[in-house]
Amino acid sequence: MTKHFGNASVRFTNPPSIISTAAIVGPKEGEGPLAKYFDKISADTLFNKDTWEQAESELMRQTIELAIQKAGLTTKDINYIFAGDLLNQNSGSVYGARSLGRPFFGLFGACSAIGMAMALGAMLIDGGFADNVVANASSHFCGAEKTFRFPLELGTQRSPTASWTVTGDGAVLLSSKGEGPFVTAATTGAIVDLDQKDVNHMGAAMAPAAAEVIKAHFDDLGLPHDYYDVIATGDLGIYGKKLTEQLLQDSGFNFCDRLTDCGILIFDKERQDTHAGGSGCGCSASVFAGYFMKKLHSGEINKMLLVPTGALHSVVTIQQGETIPGIAHAVAIERNM
Amino acid sequence: MKEQMYEEMVNAGKPKSAVLQNCARAFLVGGIICAVAQILYNLLMSAGFTRDDTGLLVAAILTVTTILLTALRIYDRVGKFGGAGSFVPITGFANAIAAPAIEHKKEGLVLGVGAKMFLIAGPVIVYGTLASVIVGIIYYFVR
Repeated sequence: MTKHFGNASVRFTNPPSIISTAAIVGPKEGEGPLAKYFDKISADTLFNKDTWEQAESELMRQTIELAIQKAGLTTKDINYIFAGDLLNQNSGSVYGARSLGRPFFGLFGACSAIGMAMALGAMLIDGGFADNVVANASSHFCGAEKTFRFPLELGTQRSPTASWTVTGDGAVLLSSKGEGPFVTAATTGAIVDLDQKDVNHMGAAMAPAAAEVIKAHFDDLGLPHDYYDVIATGDLGIYGKKLTEQLLQDSGFNFCDRLTDCGILIFDKERQDTHAGGSGCGCSASVFAGYFMKKLHSGEINKMLLVPTGALHSVVTIQQGETIPGIAHAVAIERNM
Repeated sequence: MKEQMYEEMVNAGKPKSAVLQNCARAFLVGGIICAVAQILYNLLMSAGFTRDDTGLLVAAILTVTTILLTALRIYDRVGKFGGAGSFVPITGFANAIAAPAIEHKKEGLVLGVGAKMFLIAGPVIVYGTLASVIVGIIYYFVR
């Protein structure tokens, strides 16, 4: 296991290059601070379809096709698709990939999906099993509300710690050839559960998992704590990010000024009334594929650690009194090998 | 141990709900809904309806109006502002039935609208009925 380091990390010997990314979002995300970084902003939350579920699948299909097109490839050039979403039985991804006709791995890691997809895709390419792999993650506000919470028309108040599911998709096209940025290493998170039960405060459920995987990444690979320009967690939100910072500081990590969170970046909390921030698989996926990729290309960021975070509960387990298991995966992206 | 310490950390960092503001808004919105109901009641009584008919008519008017406002995506905004003030009155009950019915329309008239309609209001009906039966029995004996 020459590529495996420490407890849970891998370093790629032939780091896959990110040859293109695409990010498509809904109207609310298009009114947020990152609007100019997305490839397309749909004015229609239904994406010209009849149901929220169909809308998410359409969003997913469009984003993947755009990423492939931006790379100058055709669908046939794609060896594998890894995709995750929040709907039951991964139906957002399944119905979206149905017409693409490419080998497909459906992933469930809740909102950590893009980290999972990128790590697995990179392993496949580094192992010589594929040349081009699409890693994708999507979420839809209305579909997620319907699956996990209340009908949209119900007159309720949201908790101050609640997050807002992003309607968006990020597709990352990894290739064995290319000029970079490169996926250089990855750390797979274990499930961390510190007995949190509040589904309106998922940042608290996921924060320990994020802290654990970040620590593991630096320990396993023996990296100095200031190695990355940016460490971007997925959707911890304002309160969850603070908890991760605290946990990291308590264990002797002092780079918290480099820590940011995709969920905090994507919305303007005051103006858009999104409480803790954005969440969902599409949050970290679209913010990485849109915002961070442009920063990597422009050279504003040279090395970053993307840490998508997920709350792995289901409606049924929560109703049965179970706690919320958290997970996070760390993926290192660098401009130079 | 670790879990307990973390729980304290989470609670320390949690923002507080604006309880006073929420109470004031609930009082205002709930009060307005009840005042509207009272105005309707007075109007119908003066139009010559019996007390029983008036009660039923007021409830019916409020319910139908709420369903309309729910479909127009107005009542959820009232609810976001008013909280318990718009959830507790009969209008909140109507909203709780109409909202899932609209949301699950795509799953068909039987398993969608029909079944999911009582997703939120169902427990209220079940335990409301149960409570009234229990109170009725007690009342029968202690009367």
